[in-house]
Amino acid sequence: MDLLQINFSDYAHALKNKKISATETAQFFLGRVHNLDSKLNSFTYINENIIEEAKLLDQRISRNENVGPLAGVIFGIKDMLCTQGMPSTAASKMLSGFVPPYDSTVVARLKSAGALIIGKLNQDEFAMGSSNETSVYGACKNPWNIKHVPGGSSGGSAAAQSARLTMGTIGTDTGGSIRQPASFCGVVGVKPTYSRVSRYGIVAYASSLDQAGPIVSSVSDAALTLETICGQDSFDQTTADIKVEKMSTHLDANIKGKKIGIVKEYLTGISDSDIEINFQKAINAVKILGAEVIEISIPLTQYAVPMYYIISASEASSNLARYDGVKYGYRTLADQSSHLSLDDFYSLNRGEGFGSEVKRRIMLGTYALSSGYSDEFYIKACKVRRLLQQQFISAFEKCDIIMSPVTTTPAFEIGQKSTDPLKMYLNDIFTTSTNLCGFPGMSVPFGTTTGTNVLPIGIQLTAPHFQEQTLLNFAFAIENTEEACNFRKLKPNVY
Amino acid sequence: MSTNYQGYEAVIGIEVHVQLKTKSKIFCSDGTDFSAGDNENISPISLGMPGTLPALNEAVLDLAIKTGLALNCHIRPKSYFARKNYFYPDLPKGYQISQYEEPICENGYIEFNVNNELKKVSITRAHLEEDAGKSTHFSEYTLLNYNRAGIPLLEIVSGPDMKSAKEAAEYCKSIRSIVQYLEVCDGNLDEGSLRCDCNVSVKKIGDKQLGTKVEIKNLNSFRFIEKAIDFEIERQIDDCLSNKKIIQETRLYDPDKNRTFTMRIKEDAQDYRYFIDPDLMPLIVSDEKIKNLRSQIPELPIQKSKRFVQLGLLENEADVLSSDKYLALFFEAVARKSKNYKLSANWILGEVLRFMNEKDQTIQQIKISSDQLAQLIILIENRTLSGKIAKVVFNEMMETGQSAEFIIESKGYKKVTDLSELDKIIQNVIDINPLQVAEYKSGKEKLFSFFIGNIMKITQGQADPDVASEILKRKLNQS
Repeated sequence: MDLLQINFSDYAHALKNKKISATETAQFFLGRVHNLDSKLNSFTYINENIIEEAKLLDQRISRNENVGPLAGVIFGIKDMLCTQGMPSTAASKMLSGFVPPYDSTVVARLKSAGALIIGKLNQDEFAMGSSNETSVYGACKNPWNIKHVPGGSSGGSAAAQSARLTMGTIGTDTGGSIRQPASFCGVVGVKPTYSRVSRYGIVAYASSLDQAGPIVSSVSDAALTLETICGQDSFDQTTADIKVEKMSTHLDANIKGKKIGIVKEYLTGISDSDIEINFQKAINAVKILGAEVIEISIPLTQYAVPMYYIISASEASSNLARYDGVKYGYRTLADQSSHLSLDDFYSLNRGEGFGSEVKRRIMLGTYALSSGYSDEFYIKACKVRRLLQQQFISAFEKCDIIMSPVTTTPAFEIGQKSTDPLKMYLNDIFTTSTNLCGFPGMSVPFGTTTGTNVLPIGIQLTAPHFQEQTLLNFAFAIENTEEACNFRKLKPNVY
Repeated sequence: MSTNYQGYEAVIGIEVHVQLKTKSKIFCSDGTDFSAGDNENISPISLGMPGTLPALNEAVLDLAIKTGLALNCHIRPKSYFARKNYFYPDLPKGYQISQYEEPICENGYIEFNVNNELKKVSITRAHLEEDAGKSTHFSEYTLLNYNRAGIPLLEIVSGPDMKSAKEAAEYCKSIRSIVQYLEVCDGNLDEGSLRCDCNVSVKKIGDKQLGTKVEIKNLNSFRFIEKAIDFEIERQIDDCLSNKKIIQETRLYDPDKNRTFTMRIKEDAQDYRYFIDPDLMPLIVSDEKIKNLRSQIPELPIQKSKRFVQLGLLENEADVLSSDKYLALFFEAVARKSKNYKLSANWILGEVLRFMNEKDQTIQQIKISSDQLAQLIILIENRTLSGKIAKVVFNEMMETGQSAEFIIESKGYKKVTDLSELDKIIQNVIDINPLQVAEYKSGKEKLFSFFIGNIMKITQGQADPDVASEILKRKLNQS
């Protein structure tokens, strides 16, 4: 049995039929983490206790207990999600030493479905970044070429999954943080419809945009993970009271006669030839499958990046106010040696605890919300956000799904953009609209760069609200194209 | 009534923070019990730990709407929670969840009596928010108790419609009566379940422009509210007269010295960077809900007071009896059963309140029931008991909770119910004192009290003096 390639449902079958034990699986992946992660830096915490947890699960299986659809599946969790008894730091010094006494709803649901948590995964600090370079634990590396970034902010999740240090991972996506690293690392990533997945216990970056979702190896694994983590939660009143279908059993690769929208405004944004070639190949591939490709226009997408940075930074400036060193997390050492004024206490705690990108966004957001400025920035961005959503909804009257590249370039080199925030922000041009409008979005592996430096390139799909099934079906179709099958024959350098 | 000093007048507006009486906090399931030990009513949510989210306790919404309706407010069909951002160690999230541009209740008013005149004060808005924790400062450190963090508050903001300390205090009392009537708050100023912040400014009479306002906080009794405002008005007018600039600041009141003093000076208006809280859904209130809650609103103090006056009570009697819901209900029950409003009011406003004050009891804590007091009043009214004995019996009732009948029987306060019995006793007194009768008839009217004294001695004080006097007078005139 190939634990590196097996999908969740086959694995569940094997486990049930005692072809493999959860303990063996846990040992296998724990061994891989110990052997390979020094090259990637994708883990921020390794749960050595997973072997004991797997043994308990095996005992339950031997008693023929109902152990859940994800029994024994080895999951890595982005450090943004609180995990009871395991450090949860959002890759920030500000939360160093913080071990929550509670699980996020997503983690609680995975656990009750039988999943085993192998550890916490690297990310950009407080999910603010597109390269996983702003982590207090240091940069995470792309398994395809360790000189390149894995993307971000869920870089650790995408890298660990790509190198198969895990069977599945959870990331979070505020402006592309699942889809972009999934594309850079050649794995499947889904950002569900806003309100589908409870945000309870997930460190808040931008509350109106954040969603957690799977970064896994196949569309069917994504479907199974989604049906486990989606659904209303009384601890998050923004979650929707909409039934969660058994998406994994309804996967249908037949897209014949379906309409795929291509956003006209995005085409002019593509400058990288590899991205362009791959996207054209994808268009051809879906045409071959019988889908109709039409051009749609969403003019306001040109404002998506500024809108996103105003709204996300504004919300972040408020969400991150709780990190003051009073109740938990980092506290300045100066507090031990001298009597600080309250202002100094705050300034030192936050000044020393937050990294520069986080500070930049807190300042940006504080400014955008300030009296006298908020009408011009925050309020205006919120208004344009509603208009953008209307333009997308009109566009969805003409097509079933929207297909686009995920990023403007493939994975870039570590350090290449980290000195120029604006360049880094523009990397999010194709992904932020999905969050601003609350749509479900997905990145599915398709091709690679040409030449010797082989880096994956994914395709982005965006569906109307709550149509995760539509999204997964199109992704399933793309996953089964010749190009995608060829891609899956390739393996990353760290594997 | 408006205070008028040397051409100046005061303008007062009040913010009342009402702690809504719920079992759990506004956004999580922590308890709200005031008697809990330090940091016992807390959880990851009320501490604002990473990733935790608020979830509205629906009970809070009903209490807020009820209060809004009682304050004659418009209830918004859709309102929002907003974040008020500021840093303070007792504010766990670094922002307070409140309401900003679109509060749940707005544009209301209340009416109440001040010195027997009806006063109307506008209510600008009443919005929901969460309370912060409590800081206790020491020289080297500060202790934080987060039990209060997340307790639901309704902040009721009045218009700047009051002109005297008396009006302000009556307004606060009136708000307390209303929230107590509605049972949305226990109205305890000591424990902080009702907190009144008073904004005071002065201006020349006739000026349109308001003066610089000063906020007085932490006033924990109605008496202090009145005294603090009185002091503050005088202080500000004195400053105006001596051309001193009044600074916008927050002041506290020192009851021992009867003066206000600076707590903090508001330099620039703080920028709270309000925005709609993305963690909470808009508050949607249906017409049906409003209708349903409106039907649950009891008769309110001012309406009760007006009705009591129609029943023959004086205005100030009616105001006192209606100010406390349970006192009013007790009065109404006693009056209904005794069928005598006036005597019931007199006894409650006199003896009952005296006893409660002496023993520091509330009307709910006293030992006798309305039935028992009504019974006593019936005995007084039909002259079975003299007023003097009735007071003795009443005190015993209040101490023991026993009925008047029981006390009369067991203590041998024999009821002088039989007038013929009394008649016989009086006749006997006349018969055995012929000399005194003759002297009385010859004009020595002082001797009347000699006869009464004898009658009382024989009846062991249980004869009604009025009845006895009447019979005696008749007999003396006859014989």
